[in-house]
Amino acid sequence: MTSTPTPTSTPTSTTTPPVAPPPNVRKVAANASLRHFLSRVAFAIVMTIVGVLFALPMVWLVLAPFDATPSLTLSWPDWTLDNFARLFENPYALRSIGNSLLLGVATMVIVVGFGALAAYAMSRIRIPGRDGILYGLLLLSSIVTGTAAMVPTFQIITQLGLINSYTGVVLVLAGGILPTVIFILKDFMDSIPKSYEESARLYGAGPFRILRDVVAPIARPGLAFIAIWTIVQVWGNFLVPFILLRSPDLQPAAVVMYTFYTESGQADLRLISAFALLFSAPVLIIYFVVNRRYGFRFHGGIKS
Amino acid sequence: MTTTVTTPAGSAIAPRRRRADDVAGLGKARAGIFVAPALIIIGLFLLFPAVWTIWLGSTDYRLTGLQAASPEFVGLDNYVEALTDPSFWNSLWLTLIFVLFSGIIGQTLIGFGLAWSVRNIHGWTKSLIEGLVLAAWVIPASVASFLWLVLLDRRSGTVNGLLGTQGTAWLIDHPMESIIIFNIWVGTAFSMQLFSSALSAVPPSQIESAKMVGASGWQQLRDVIVPNIKGHILTNTLLITLWTFNTFTPYLVTAGGPNGKTEILSVYIYETAIPGGQLGLGAAISLIMLLINLVIALAYVRVSRGRTKR
Repeated sequence: MTSTPTPTSTPTSTTTPPVAPPPNVRKVAANASLRHFLSRVAFAIVMTIVGVLFALPMVWLVLAPFDATPSLTLSWPDWTLDNFARLFENPYALRSIGNSLLLGVATMVIVVGFGALAAYAMSRIRIPGRDGILYGLLLLSSIVTGTAAMVPTFQIITQLGLINSYTGVVLVLAGGILPTVIFILKDFMDSIPKSYEESARLYGAGPFRILRDVVAPIARPGLAFIAIWTIVQVWGNFLVPFILLRSPDLQPAAVVMYTFYTESGQADLRLISAFALLFSAPVLIIYFVVNRRYGFRFHGGIKS
Repeated sequence: MTTTVTTPAGSAIAPRRRRADDVAGLGKARAGIFVAPALIIIGLFLLFPAVWTIWLGSTDYRLTGLQAASPEFVGLDNYVEALTDPSFWNSLWLTLIFVLFSGIIGQTLIGFGLAWSVRNIHGWTKSLIEGLVLAAWVIPASVASFLWLVLLDRRSGTVNGLLGTQGTAWLIDHPMESIIIFNIWVGTAFSMQLFSSALSAVPPSQIESAKMVGASGWQQLRDVIVPNIKGHILTNTLLITLWTFNTFTPYLVTAGGPNGKTEILSVYIYETAIPGGQLGLGAAISLIMLLINLVIALAYVRVSRGRTKR
């Protein structure tokens, strides 16, 4: 390179530069693959750390229920199932799990059923002010939350005579969840190509039939997402049943779990750990089965 | 359109034109029936309580005592009381920090980062990572809260065991940081799932052509991915912000303590209205919370509307 400024040199100088690149290229290639390798390693390390951080709080939930003498420290359990036997003897524990299931399914049925109907109609019919209604609903669901509306909700449910009843809890939960559901499902329904419905209609299918046999199957990932999301919301919801239900017999597991570790003077870790796992397991199992089955994504329908 | 109007068979046009809009032959009346049940439930149990808050917030309603039986109208007294109380402003400030760090920054960025990282890997690694993040989201709040109490326990918690910091009371020394990380742990799954599906919907051809013209990973992200998933980013941010602002779960971990250091607005309302018994004052603060929610939501709706119109 340094020789190039001298124009008097022989033509050989001009031939040398083309000879030089090959080792350079090879070095660059080697560098690139090394860098690629290193970035893969770094990536693996970061992902491992993230995975461990997310897993860490859950290890206790998996181990402690099977330990004969569970403590707050993570330790390899002295395996036993006695904690569950003990749990099944506790009258509140099992009943509360049943209560949670009842509340979750009832709310889910209302929310998915009415939500899908409303979303479909809004997606396919130009109701005047439809967008306004949708944005209004979204606003409403965003601003009127369980916490913010805790006091007036309590009042209204009392006035309706629905205090300490599941009807009140389910309706309040459904009212809070429905707008988000309609918003998401309407988006989802919009992305479903209308050509399917057109052809179904040509073959003489009515609106209900089309909704059930054409739209619902295509919208299944969306509906599944909504169904599970609703159950998870209700299953874990603490505040609404806590405020609206009085008698301990009616309390769902979320509230009973909390009372187990706050109201008992010395926390009974054998009972709590087993109960925590039993209470978490159904949701985890349902969720991951559905996740595997439906892929659980907003796929946005089939592109036509 | 103009040519079809001139044809004599006018009656045949109307259904055809309607079909373009209404492919399933639903009709306006039936559409109304479809929409009605959902709207009635929402109206009674969501809209009405919000309106009722305005009335309740201007009374001296209490949980027990004379004011419980016959509450009196006190005008704006509750609002004056709330707005001149330093603990209210403290609570508002804590809420802002909580939402910013745990919601907007934590959940959205980590959720997107996770979705972006696992988008090209398959098999058990991806399932494991996604599964762990999802599990944190699915585990009921009262269980998750207890797991974190165990994790951060002063004497025998796992965190102190791993870091060799036995005796550190995280929930007392660093309560805000604790509930922020707790809430990220709980909520990241939603962003991850949403971004994951958004990324899978980005046309591969666009990414391929970006790669062919030599766009780096960052450039692909900025010029191809983000424009494609803008709608998802907005939806995600909107929902995360509002959910984080309104979450009550930190109460199950710290109960607003110590000394109100984690008394975010939702906890503040609860403490005022239920254990404190001041339902009127609680409703007044609720209305302030509702208005803040309204402002945030309106801002996002405006942004997303401007986007769809363009």
